[in-house]
Amino acid sequence: MSYSADFLLSAYRTMQTIRMFEERCTLEFEAGNIPGFVHVSDGQEAVAVGVCSQLSDADIIGSTHRGHGHCIAKGCDVIGMMKEIMGKADGLCKGKGGSMHIADIDKGMLGANAIVGGGPPLVNGAALSAKTLGTGTVAVSFNGDGSSNQGTVMEALNLASVLKLPHIFIFENNGYGEGTSADYAVAGDIAGRAAAFNMPAEKIDGLDFFAVYEAMQRAIKHAQAGKGPYAIEASVVRFGGHFIGDPMRYRGKDEIKKARQNQDCLKIFRARVTKEKLLSKKAMDQVDIEVAELIESAVAQALASPQPTIDQLMVDVYCSY
Amino acid sequence: MTSSVKTLRDAINEALHQEMERDPTVIVMGEEVSGGAGCAGEDDAYGGVFGVTKGLMPKFGRGRVIDTPITESAIVGAAAGAANTGLRPVAELMFVDFVGVCYDQIFNQAAKFRYMFGGKSKTPMVIRGTCGAGLRAGAQHSAMMHPVLTHVPGLKVVMPSNAYDAKGLMLTAIRDDDPVMFLEHKLLYETSCEVPDEMYTIPFGQANFLREGDDVTIVALSAMVHRAVAVADKLAKEGIFCDVIDPRTTSPLDKEAILESVEVTGRLVVVDEANERHSFASDLAGIVAEEAFSSLRAPIRKVTAPHAPVPFAPSLEDAYMPSEARIEQAVRSILGA
Repeated sequence: MSYSADFLLSAYRTMQTIRMFEERCTLEFEAGNIPGFVHVSDGQEAVAVGVCSQLSDADIIGSTHRGHGHCIAKGCDVIGMMKEIMGKADGLCKGKGGSMHIADIDKGMLGANAIVGGGPPLVNGAALSAKTLGTGTVAVSFNGDGSSNQGTVMEALNLASVLKLPHIFIFENNGYGEGTSADYAVAGDIAGRAAAFNMPAEKIDGLDFFAVYEAMQRAIKHAQAGKGPYAIEASVVRFGGHFIGDPMRYRGKDEIKKARQNQDCLKIFRARVTKEKLLSKKAMDQVDIEVAELIESAVAQALASPQPTIDQLMVDVYCSY
Repeated sequence: MTSSVKTLRDAINEALHQEMERDPTVIVMGEEVSGGAGCAGEDDAYGGVFGVTKGLMPKFGRGRVIDTPITESAIVGAAAGAANTGLRPVAELMFVDFVGVCYDQIFNQAAKFRYMFGGKSKTPMVIRGTCGAGLRAGAQHSAMMHPVLTHVPGLKVVMPSNAYDAKGLMLTAIRDDDPVMFLEHKLLYETSCEVPDEMYTIPFGQANFLREGDDVTIVALSAMVHRAVAVADKLAKEGIFCDVIDPRTTSPLDKEAILESVEVTGRLVVVDEANERHSFASDLAGIVAEEAFSSLRAPIRKVTAPHAPVPFAPSLEDAYMPSEARIEQAVRSILGA
């Protein structure tokens, strides 16, 4: 499998954008600039980008409560996202949704979902549209290890298989469903569950961008050939807590410190592309500078934007009433 | 312009046939909506357990008429997701009581998308559900559910009381860009009246007056409309004349028509098969007490089901449902006060 330098640099840029965006969200939240609850995904960038870099605007994704990374990887406007997370009137969702409901259907982003397991049934619907209308597109749901226990996820796996829907189920197993380990809460095996519903199910290293990319290639090929759903269980690490502000008492001593050293998918990517002379350090350093500027600008603009005015409260409850 | 006498079941069936012909993005999905999938016997074995979707699969194929496994969350979720991405699904809850199984997909997902996403998405889906008691189906197959559903911002709730309304309201529901709960009372499927053969729509939020009179306002929903009409006709023989108002949709609600009526009569009886607490009757009583207080000449009367699950034994189920006798008693209790 060969990758162009342009593509790899673009993938790196997107992963770095997610990383810096999420880290900045944590800072802004701690500074009191973000209302409500925020769940950041730093550490999990390779899956978001390995998957979404192969999708067009017409392919639909559904995400979890930890959706910023998927949103950025899907091509949503970073500045609009920061504004939305801060609850501003010109945010991606006009300040009506916030972090947990961030969405842009024009970019094929059906939404972050605050209900664990809420996404896969909806993504089945997007896949049903693709199949019925003959668009040739695929639909992808991002799921956590925590959601793999929800009845809705089992139902969605079953229905996707029964109706042979082009639905690719991505399970990001970061080892924790909130503050409970996946070892405790998940009986058996996530990929095994998907396989039991009569679909191919792979288990991969989610920290390896290339492994993710190649598994997703196989999944897309399968789905587009009309063979039905595909599942990929990717093991990842989340550096942060379940939510920003989570004291993370449930994590081991030095666990996160070691993870940042040895299980950082960005470091792993950089090391590989440098070793294999696929990208130059100089090019990636330049990307780092540009992304930092973008995030800085996004925050400055978001802080300067106003919240929605009260007359917006009753707008868009219905199309018409 | 031709018409014929059709049952409520056939009127809805006709609406579905005609709209699916007109609009290729309309699909039907649910348990046994055709029936016989993967089985050795007949295709279209049911056409819906009450026959409402009969004939659709043979005509439009299994790509547009989808028999599903028994998985309400997956069904309703798929309908919501499909609605956001180019289709107009008409999904079915075989009994609206099953909304308990899939409530998240309706209340947290479909109903809230447009608002949460800043107006960028729309969810043009219809969920049909059979509602109501009277068939001895027991507590888990006999609920009304409209109080819970009407309460939800973003959702619309439609309850046709007759075949003519059913066809027009169903066509409006499918063409509406918001998520619609379309509640069909089990006792009404066999009722019939003149229904035009061509397509026509009835707008939401427009009440229908079945009887007119200046003495009492009776507002009734769904199957209770017929009982209210029977009582009004009986009282008319004694010179007591009632407005009998069928709101047709509880969300949106034709509040104006009801308030205008009460401003004339000063007396209101609301007949609602839901359980008493947080019923539509309670809601409407509150609205009228607040907005037409000075017009009221007597307390508002609610005739509802009691605060109990639907019993199985026929004697008890009949006592559970608002009867003509109870409706009549409620009207008489506020006359001349």
